[in-house]
Amino acid sequence: MLIFEHSRTGRNGAPQSPKQKASVDDIPASLLRKNRAVLPEVSEMQAVRHFTRLSQKNFSIDTHFYPLGSCTMKYNPRACNTLAMLPGFLTRHPMAPAQQSQGFLACMYELQSMLCEATGMAAFSLAPMAGAQGEFAGVAMIEAYHKSRGDDARKEILVPNAAHGTNPATATMCGFSVKEIPTLDNGDVDLDALKKAVGPQTAGLMLTNPSTLGVFERQIETIAKVVHQAGGLLYYDGANLNAILGKIRPGDMGFDVIHSNLHKTFSTPHGGGGPGAGAVGVAKRLMPFLPLPVVDKEGENYRWLTEKDLPQTIGRLSAFMGNAGVLLRAYIYMRMLGREGMVRVAEFATLNANYMMAEAKRRGFELAIPDRRASHEFIITLKNEARDLHVTAMDFAKRLLDFGYHAPTTYFPLLVPECLLIEPTETEAKEVLDGFLDAMLQIREEAKTDPDLVKGAPYTLPVKRLDEVRAARQLDLAWKGVEN
Amino acid sequence: MLQAIGVNDISALFEEIPAHLLADELSGVPTGMNEMEISRLMRARAAQHPQSVCFLGAGAYEHHIPAAVWEITTRGEFYSAYTPYQAEASQGTLQLVYEYQSMMTALTGMDVSNASMYDGASALAEAVLMAVRGNRKSKSRKILMPTTVHPAYRKTTQTIVQGQHIELVEVAYDQASGTTSLDALKQQAGEDITAVVIQQPNFFGNLEAVDEITDWAHENNILVIAVVNPLTLAILKAPGDWGVVGVDIACGDGQPLGAPLSAGGPYYGFMCCTDALVRQMPGRIVGRTVDQDGKEGFVLTLQAREQHIRRSKATSNICTNQGLVVTASTIHMSILGARGLERAAAACHANTLSLVKQLSQIEGVSCVFDSTYFHEAVLKLSKPAGEVLAALMDKNILGGYDLSGSYPELGNAMLVCATEMRTDEEISAYANALAEVIA
Repeated sequence: MLIFEHSRTGRNGAPQSPKQKASVDDIPASLLRKNRAVLPEVSEMQAVRHFTRLSQKNFSIDTHFYPLGSCTMKYNPRACNTLAMLPGFLTRHPMAPAQQSQGFLACMYELQSMLCEATGMAAFSLAPMAGAQGEFAGVAMIEAYHKSRGDDARKEILVPNAAHGTNPATATMCGFSVKEIPTLDNGDVDLDALKKAVGPQTAGLMLTNPSTLGVFERQIETIAKVVHQAGGLLYYDGANLNAILGKIRPGDMGFDVIHSNLHKTFSTPHGGGGPGAGAVGVAKRLMPFLPLPVVDKEGENYRWLTEKDLPQTIGRLSAFMGNAGVLLRAYIYMRMLGREGMVRVAEFATLNANYMMAEAKRRGFELAIPDRRASHEFIITLKNEARDLHVTAMDFAKRLLDFGYHAPTTYFPLLVPECLLIEPTETEAKEVLDGFLDAMLQIREEAKTDPDLVKGAPYTLPVKRLDEVRAARQLDLAWKGVEN
Repeated sequence: MLQAIGVNDISALFEEIPAHLLADELSGVPTGMNEMEISRLMRARAAQHPQSVCFLGAGAYEHHIPAAVWEITTRGEFYSAYTPYQAEASQGTLQLVYEYQSMMTALTGMDVSNASMYDGASALAEAVLMAVRGNRKSKSRKILMPTTVHPAYRKTTQTIVQGQHIELVEVAYDQASGTTSLDALKQQAGEDITAVVIQQPNFFGNLEAVDEITDWAHENNILVIAVVNPLTLAILKAPGDWGVVGVDIACGDGQPLGAPLSAGGPYYGFMCCTDALVRQMPGRIVGRTVDQDGKEGFVLTLQAREQHIRRSKATSNICTNQGLVVTASTIHMSILGARGLERAAAACHANTLSLVKQLSQIEGVSCVFDSTYFHEAVLKLSKPAGEVLAALMDKNILGGYDLSGSYPELGNAMLVCATEMRTDEEISAYANALAEVIA
């Protein structure tokens, strides 16, 4: 039932607004609203009950194992939320003078420094509000860098075909054309193809390492050399930073610019699809182009850098300070982890993934890349099950929901047929991993004996499989007051 | 677990990384803190911020937020869920977003809304890109951008669209009214223009002649992008009703609907448009459908526009929305209802009228423009605004926004705002303080 369907005319949370409606008679009638907007008319308690009940229809990390590959669904410590929502932070106006905001700015400055240290970059800007915006900032800086050197012919960005869809979409948004580089069966980039692809038109290469196939790119030094020798720059997509935190740093691998998804590696909440934060870091030669704002320290004082300090900046990405509250949560998480905790993150995330991979193999599942170490995630391909039993990766995913597990990422990366990309993260216990794999095994047994059972799943959730074709053809995107 | 993997040591799991590249200890990161220690640190940092009385708006506004809003929003089921890719396990988030989309279309008078963008400024940038895709009659990629649009919104738009050969043409404002000059606009008639942006209320707080501008634009095959404050729409004309047929795209920042100031974010950008443009819309969209048994349910829809399907041909690279803040906003709108929002917005207007009346009686302080304003106004000062605001800050009053950086032609001028949170006593105290400071 929609919140609108609880409405009764005149009802609202009366104590939540001024007692009287003040006059607006001085505003010309032609500029005033004609009819009152149709919003819900419910009591506060009705709203609280409705939305509490809605929340209960969600899977979440707090309630379920959520091994969504490439998304790093780790536990979000509650302290990060409580402390980021202290009134001293919540009531701070974004344009309040820096002198009145030293506590907040100190956190942001130290966050920049810790990110530099953890990634081996020279400087960081916290401006981007999500990974995709971090990518945008990074690629825009690559463009600005070449332009500043009068190197205008570099119009192409190289992207491995295993990359996230945001990589090519970002390159296009920044005005580049995109060339895809093939990936070998063992998960590494096809070096010969890369060597043929680079040239005076190459602006840069965007790479995720470990890749979306869940393996570490072993030829990274050669790749860096090939791209750099051609005059291009190397972009690090930080989506999988969790796998290597404190173990190996993108800066040491030769990357010139990176973005870090703070909502993945640094555990800020995913919030049902955002807000994220996509802080962007650079090697020294790209520092002049960083997006604003950046926090600097002079003596004991913190302040914002402006266009005067960074005249070559690519500019602003938001009206104020990006997703400041998200940045605070990441800061708190990093301080709690500390340097010793960061290494443990990578080690335990990798341990959990490799354990699951070994145990999946033991249970007879086919691995997409069987002869490699997993990073923090690995891929099962269900192509045999699909061929022999006519039960697809999607069917497995939906049936897993009945067992109380959120499905892994399905059908990504696009290179692997009928795949499940599984990322357990470091915060899950062995029993949970075993339980998930047992459920997978049981589903395969079901697929052999009663495939329709699997194909009809889920059964235990608020709805069964939904008609997506109808959703796209008979668009119903807003309640319009009249029920069908 | 190591045994199952077949290794003796956890370091063996990293053997594919070239050994000489392995990092030393991260000496620049402090050692870890327990929850007691981090709590002490963060409380001390938060306490460094003086609790001042806020008369500053300029795109972020202090409003009352019911206690229930963030209590429910931070429930783990909302807080720690991800993008609703598995629809059956995400009906809570999906239904909520559908309800949000319904509320935003009701407020803006538009046909459809997406599930939100990052913030108001980046939503405007995306609206510009969308207009370029959507206006098939125009080839120029020229956008008319009045200088009465928020300066940071203009800068953000410039950053985001600069790679795509789009020209943002500034349109001057009328010196007397502080609104977009219709004469300056009409000089563009006959040119090939893709879209015009109108902010209502504009950055100065003034009310633009939205009907005239919308109709003029449409007569010239120009798409209209409205940037609006959603709270003011409880009182002001909905963009869908501007002019004869309404605007094409309405966007803005959702912060006034339930997001705390929070040092600048997270807020969210909203974006609404006409049915004709829905396939050009960036970002996630939720649709209502049915399940196998015919029962109502909700899914992400029109995903063929998005980066994870279309890659380099997507409408935008955006993947996230600002889901958690949208959750708060949807609860906020449900509790206040249209009547509650109307009262809050009217109180903002009345308080600002009262503030401006008292402040402009002070010698050395005067109103700059003669237009009707909503809940912000520009005041001219006999001393530099920076000095005056610093002196007010010493009295714990956040007095407004110094306009000298973005609008040097206004001289010593500041932008002030009084929301429904300000009491009569606070407004009088501000007047007394300003009288002292300016004397």
